[in-house]
Amino acid sequence: MSAVQMSTLTSPMARMIGRRLLLSVLVLFVVSILVFGATLLLPGDPARAILGQQATPERVAALTEQLGLDRPVWERYFSWLGGILTGDLGFSAATQGPVSELLGGRIAASGLLLVLTALISTPIALALGAWAAVRRGTRTDSVLSGSSLVLAALPEFVIGVLLVVLLATSVLQILPSVTIARPGEPVWTRPEQLVLPVLTLALVVIPYVVRMTRATLSEALDAGFVEMARLKGLPERTVLMRHAVPHTIGPVAQVFALQLAWLAGGVVVVEFLFRYPGIGEALIDAVANRDVQVVQAITLIIAAFYVLVNLAADVAGILADPRIRTSSGVDA
Amino acid sequence: MTADTTTATISCSGLRVATTGGREVLHGVDYAVAPGEILALVGESGSGKTTAALAALGHFRTGLGCTGGTIAFHGHTETHDDLLALPEATIRGVRGRLVSYVPQDPALSLNPLLRIDTQVSEVLVAHGYTGDVAARVREVLDDVGLPTDDTFLSRYPHQLSGGQQQRVGIAAAFANRPDVVVLDEPTTGLDVTTQDLVLDTVRDLVTRSRTAALYITHDLAVVAGLADRVAVMQGGEVVETGTVTQVLTAPEHPYTRDLIAAVPDLNRAVERENAPSGDDAGEPLLRVTGAGKRYGPKTVLDGIDLELWPGECLMLLGESGSGKTTLARGLAGLLDLDDGSLTLNGEPLATPRSYAQLRSVQYVFQSPFASLNPRRTIASSLEVPLRHLTDLDAGAREARVLDMLNQVRLDESFAHRYPGGLSGGERQRAAIARALVTAPNVLVCDEVTSALDVSVQARIIDLLATVRRELGTAMLFVTHNIALAREVADRIAVLQGGRIVEQGTVEEVLADPQHSYTRELLEHTPSMTAAR
Amino acid sequence: MSAPTTEPTTTTVSTSLIRRTFRRRQARIGAVLTLVVVAVALLGPVLGPLLTGFATDDFAGRPFQPDGVLGTDDLGRDVLTRFLAGGGPVLLYAVAATAIGIVGGAIAGMLAGYSGGRLDSIIMRGGDVLLSFPQLVLALLAVAVLGSSGWLLVLVIGVTHIPRVARVARQATLSVASQDYVLAARMYGVPRRRILATEVLPNITGPLMVELGLRLTYSIGYVASLSFLGLGVQPPAADWGLQINENRIALIVAPWGVILPVLAIAVLTVGTNMITDALAKESADTTGENS
Repeated sequence: MSAVQMSTLTSPMARMIGRRLLLSVLVLFVVSILVFGATLLLPGDPARAILGQQATPERVAALTEQLGLDRPVWERYFSWLGGILTGDLGFSAATQGPVSELLGGRIAASGLLLVLTALISTPIALALGAWAAVRRGTRTDSVLSGSSLVLAALPEFVIGVLLVVLLATSVLQILPSVTIARPGEPVWTRPEQLVLPVLTLALVVIPYVVRMTRATLSEALDAGFVEMARLKGLPERTVLMRHAVPHTIGPVAQVFALQLAWLAGGVVVVEFLFRYPGIGEALIDAVANRDVQVVQAITLIIAAFYVLVNLAADVAGILADPRIRTSSGVDA
Repeated sequence: MTADTTTATISCSGLRVATTGGREVLHGVDYAVAPGEILALVGESGSGKTTAALAALGHFRTGLGCTGGTIAFHGHTETHDDLLALPEATIRGVRGRLVSYVPQDPALSLNPLLRIDTQVSEVLVAHGYTGDVAARVREVLDDVGLPTDDTFLSRYPHQLSGGQQQRVGIAAAFANRPDVVVLDEPTTGLDVTTQDLVLDTVRDLVTRSRTAALYITHDLAVVAGLADRVAVMQGGEVVETGTVTQVLTAPEHPYTRDLIAAVPDLNRAVERENAPSGDDAGEPLLRVTGAGKRYGPKTVLDGIDLELWPGECLMLLGESGSGKTTLARGLAGLLDLDDGSLTLNGEPLATPRSYAQLRSVQYVFQSPFASLNPRRTIASSLEVPLRHLTDLDAGAREARVLDMLNQVRLDESFAHRYPGGLSGGERQRAAIARALVTAPNVLVCDEVTSALDVSVQARIIDLLATVRRELGTAMLFVTHNIALAREVADRIAVLQGGRIVEQGTVEEVLADPQHSYTRELLEHTPSMTAAR
Repeated sequence: MSAPTTEPTTTTVSTSLIRRTFRRRQARIGAVLTLVVVAVALLGPVLGPLLTGFATDDFAGRPFQPDGVLGTDDLGRDVLTRFLAGGGPVLLYAVAATAIGIVGGAIAGMLAGYSGGRLDSIIMRGGDVLLSFPQLVLALLAVAVLGSSGWLLVLVIGVTHIPRVARVARQATLSVASQDYVLAARMYGVPRRRILATEVLPNITGPLMVELGLRLTYSIGYVASLSFLGLGVQPPAADWGLQINENRIALIVAPWGVILPVLAIAVLTVGTNMITDALAKESADTTGENS
């Protein structure tokens, strides 16, 4: 094993992973320029936007200098980027406080939503997708495929509203339709308020993962080596677990990542719908108030999350493939 | 002589198979194989030979189902009256233990994520092999001529050559010392030398272990050298069965006769008038001097010198990886060569080529399934070179297109059809017509028959000969199959590892090969006259 | 010429992909669902006032009361009238955004896939930047900076579709471009633009049609979501997403203001997605046939 590890330093696998890493950093860099550049399109004076229309010219001038708005654009960009990297996310015009203070607890709340959804939906979706693939062409398959087709079509808020109609208002009234925790109180103190947001998000991602899992596993089951495994007289369990399933690891890791990334977007609408105190709700408020520094910080956080998750999926895909793992670059 | 169904290890009778849609693909197939015997199941694509053979393992591909017939099995240790009637769990215990299978394409049927060791040992483990599994794996790998060291055992399929991969497949099939082995064209895609080695291995294993072998193939020349008996299949039926000598020397069914006539053979004299081959006087039509091509550090072509004389056919012979396609494409202007010079009628071929030069040298692709745009009618495909390389108006172009279809013996109704509705042979005719439409002096044919069935191949070769006779086009015929030499070529150039190792007239090269590589090719090429 | 067999002729019916798709029951159900909602959206603005006797801005009574036909909304306007009038914006904006995404994505993807090399890298890396935001989040960034306007949303959603469509178009182009018939066209000196238009494009219509359906479904979702968030279509316009947002606080007492538009959007997206899925299956079958 040690010899293998020695050679990984220069192996194509290490190079591929290194390349992906570099690309991700590059993409994030360009993303940060894009997000920063967006503010330059903003009409009017940011200092006045923060202080409001009644502010005296002196105060505006002072804040302009304090925020460094009189410096050249690239200098402002780098000091902004430096701030972001050191945890200074800027200043919120709406709350008149640092953005990091506003977002601290909200990031944890959104993270909780994400993690719970992923934990619940991943095993269910993988199992359902695999079940549909193994029972291809049967009634089970058409029911599973049909219902995931319908669910996959629905926008997040439509699922959310329908769940509210069914479980919280018109039909049954067994769950709170909005978050009931008082401001500042951690969301997990009242677990029942997490049910509907998590359920909504789960119903958004499950059909997608089911369809992808079914497709990937079906493809593996159609492969020549699976037919060969059956012709060797291997038990169906072995055929499935040893020959078919390992081929789905790379693609399924990708799906898992995509699902997390998807959730990062879906969380915005769902938090708004349930008035859930996460970064999604903060983003909507900030957009409505045109509180640009908050919008910048949140979009950057979501983009970084998105890029990192996709990077992780790519790396998982590379590690799962012995064709890449074992090539030394010489006999390739 | 037919293997007696009472002594046969496996005997299939009245096998009927239909698609789930109800279309019958096998109409009552019979075959029987005795211990130690090799029965060749011969047929062209679509004849149902693989379906008939897979039934011996009680296996039908998705969309197919058995509708009648029985397969009786009498092994050394076990007997089953009808494999097709066995419950799923029992037939699973038969597969890989009593009846095993060697697949056509080892690259697709070995699991890329599993080590060689696992892929051979799992068939032992699954059937509860009582001895030392690890020792048996080494033993059977040794039997098929593979290394048995730990390094080799821990390799993945992609780290093996095509021949090695196929031998792993054979090793797994013989691991449990089965009574019956079904081999499904196991040498497709291997070069002739490797094919010969694999066939020797199969013959040896079958004889030693008294296995009954069902060998599926489209290649009658392979049958001649390997099998004891032959069953010829056509359209889902066995049309003729007999010993190899009987069937190959005195075929009874007309289909068998046509099939045998269509097989190119090195040792068969072919009547064809000699084309006006290059008299030493005059200028060669196409001259290649010192052509070279590299991809990165790899040299694909190295110092190639060739001449093509007006009206002659030069066979460029080489196995996969010899650089023959690269050379052919370089001559046709499909890719740029790194070194060397090309002249056409004494004038250098420019890069990019002039329209006149593009018209003059034309190229026919290997696969007619990829070389015609599925969204264009045949006429529209044929019109493309005319539209871009000539000044003809629409009316003249149409006339020329119909003329060429006629030349390749496709009637006018083909003009407005799409490639999807045509057979492989018809498509290749259309592709040849497209290459001829600009009236070229040189036609480069790159393995133009290798994607086609033998009988279709024979007709395409007839067509090319006719074209040469009628139009006087010189031809560079690129192929891996030396057996075609007498049928198509005046001269041969043998390409190995990017170099021309031998060049001469067909008679000279076949009768008195100078280079060891040519001799090796000739020796390993299967021939119909080698019937056992 | 000896002829042992008649050459087997595969009879591929050269009917168009769309016609074959609609032979599937699933696609026909999808089409009915879609057409019902489209009909409501197109005819509703005219029929609504005739049916209910109210104009979209008329006050039909006090807020959230069971007045009018199906009750009143937050400002006391007739829910049914506003529902019938509110389908137009979603459809219009979604179709426009889809058009931008498909046309832009097809061109970018074909250029990248066919040209390879530098152009490929530039196009695809540029796409990666856009792909690192969820589409909705990028739309929100645009609204925060430029203010909400329907056509800005169309542009943002359309542009963020481009890299996603381009990936698919590029992949399809790569497999087509390596086919010998494209090489043949190059050999005959056919210029690049013409090769892309006549050799490549006709052979990637399958995946592009599937993308079209997929992007339309997503566009409907995004446009409706943004209006629902209060950042798309602005009051007092009648719009389904907006209507849900305006009425959801009174879901218990006046449910129709939420349920009607939610169902309309659901039926529409399910309809388009069913057609898309049938298209994808049919398209996959066709490619299998050709190889």
